[in-house]
Amino acid sequence: MIKGLVAVFLAAILTENYVLAKFLGICPFLGVSKKLNTAVGMSAAVTFVMVLATAVTYPIFMYLLVPAGLDYLQTIVFILVIAGLVQLVEIVLKKYMRVLYRSLGIYLPLITTNCAVLGVTMLVIEKSGEGYGFLHALINALGAGIGFLLAMVMFAGVRGKLETADIPKSLKGLPITLVAASLVSLSFLGFAGLVDNMLGLA
Amino acid sequence: MNEILLAVIIVSGIGLIIGVVLAVASIVMAVPTNEKVDAVRGELPGANCGACGYSGCRAYAKAIVAGEAEVNLCPVGGKDVAVKLGELMGVEVGDVEQKVAVVRCMGSKDNTERRFKYQGAHSCRSTTNLVGNLSSCVYGCMGLGDCIKVCPYGAIEVCNGVARVITENCRGCGMCTAACPKGLIALVPVKEQALVRCRNLHKGAMTRKDCSVGCIGCMKCVKVCEEGAIEIKNFVATVDPKKCSACGKCVAACPRGCLTPFIP
Repeated sequence: MIKGLVAVFLAAILTENYVLAKFLGICPFLGVSKKLNTAVGMSAAVTFVMVLATAVTYPIFMYLLVPAGLDYLQTIVFILVIAGLVQLVEIVLKKYMRVLYRSLGIYLPLITTNCAVLGVTMLVIEKSGEGYGFLHALINALGAGIGFLLAMVMFAGVRGKLETADIPKSLKGLPITLVAASLVSLSFLGFAGLVDNMLGLA
Repeated sequence: MNEILLAVIIVSGIGLIIGVVLAVASIVMAVPTNEKVDAVRGELPGANCGACGYSGCRAYAKAIVAGEAEVNLCPVGGKDVAVKLGELMGVEVGDVEQKVAVVRCMGSKDNTERRFKYQGAHSCRSTTNLVGNLSSCVYGCMGLGDCIKVCPYGAIEVCNGVARVITENCRGCGMCTAACPKGLIALVPVKEQALVRCRNLHKGAMTRKDCSVGCIGCMKCVKVCEEGAIEIKNFVATVDPKKCSACGKCVAACPRGCLTPFIP
């Protein structure tokens, strides 16, 4: 049981990293990774929303939509819940973390349309079945958030290096950022099969 | 039919619950915002140039509302903004003097000589430290455009090797005056006046070698000025815009051509 949870957690961070392996949530990944402190703040907010969203959407899907035979409402209900949660996070941040709220700017309401959050809640439903329950879903969401944090912090470092690098004029700005993102993503391919082999599950 | 109804009820029910939670949260965790700051900020130009002495328009708006700052400090907005802010805050508006930037150099490629062909960093500041100047006049404009880079309004251009302020676009924020390593850019009041477009501090004989229009400190303008508005200091003439009556006598008397009428 514990082994399974650890496997889910590590897999969500490394092998199935939502940004670098599944390519979800690229918008904030490119938009807020310029500075380390905003990257960390954004990741914390996303992690919070992911866990909370999973905690709310999973029971709604399992105990409300499935019994009523309304599986097809999954997407719209999940979006509704995520939008509400993001609003809640925004209110909380505005009250207690004013500086973070200002530095996140437009990207905070954009978590609403961050496909990584929707992806976490929806892909975990697909996986649900024998031995993969509510607790697994929560751990997966937490792992996905920390994976997002890892990707953001790594990429903020890469972009810091890019600032001082001598880049050809035609590649300056977004092009070199995308190239760098693809290389970071490539490096994450190296984690394939790592978690299962490490825990002896393969 | 029944299924459709159920779907509608479930989705709107979830929406309703979320709505109530959000409404409660927004009341419980309401942040007291000062609407006056937003109103004042709305009137300010939003260029965040810092010419008022605060770190941006929002900081200045806060200072105004807190009563720490006068309403007439924004040179970009000028009189219009000061009057509006005065109405908002219910205070008297002091004197607002609109200013524009001028480049006090005429050492264009025709008037000075290029000392060498320059290929390197496109920055006045670093090139000044490296080689002094590109042209024969060490005090003159380098034309590499540090002022253009800092101007928030695109009001400066380099024309034949010398920077030039496009007066219609200039809002007088003064960013360029600090950016010029030669100190060639000054803010002058918007009025007709005579202007010495030279800052060459060499003695006359040397200035002649530097530039064909440089000020040699010959005192002719000082003698013809009836207002006593011109003085020679460090071998270069300056006009006091407050005293200048724009009569044009000094312009006619100048043998070099750097004393020019300035018509905004």
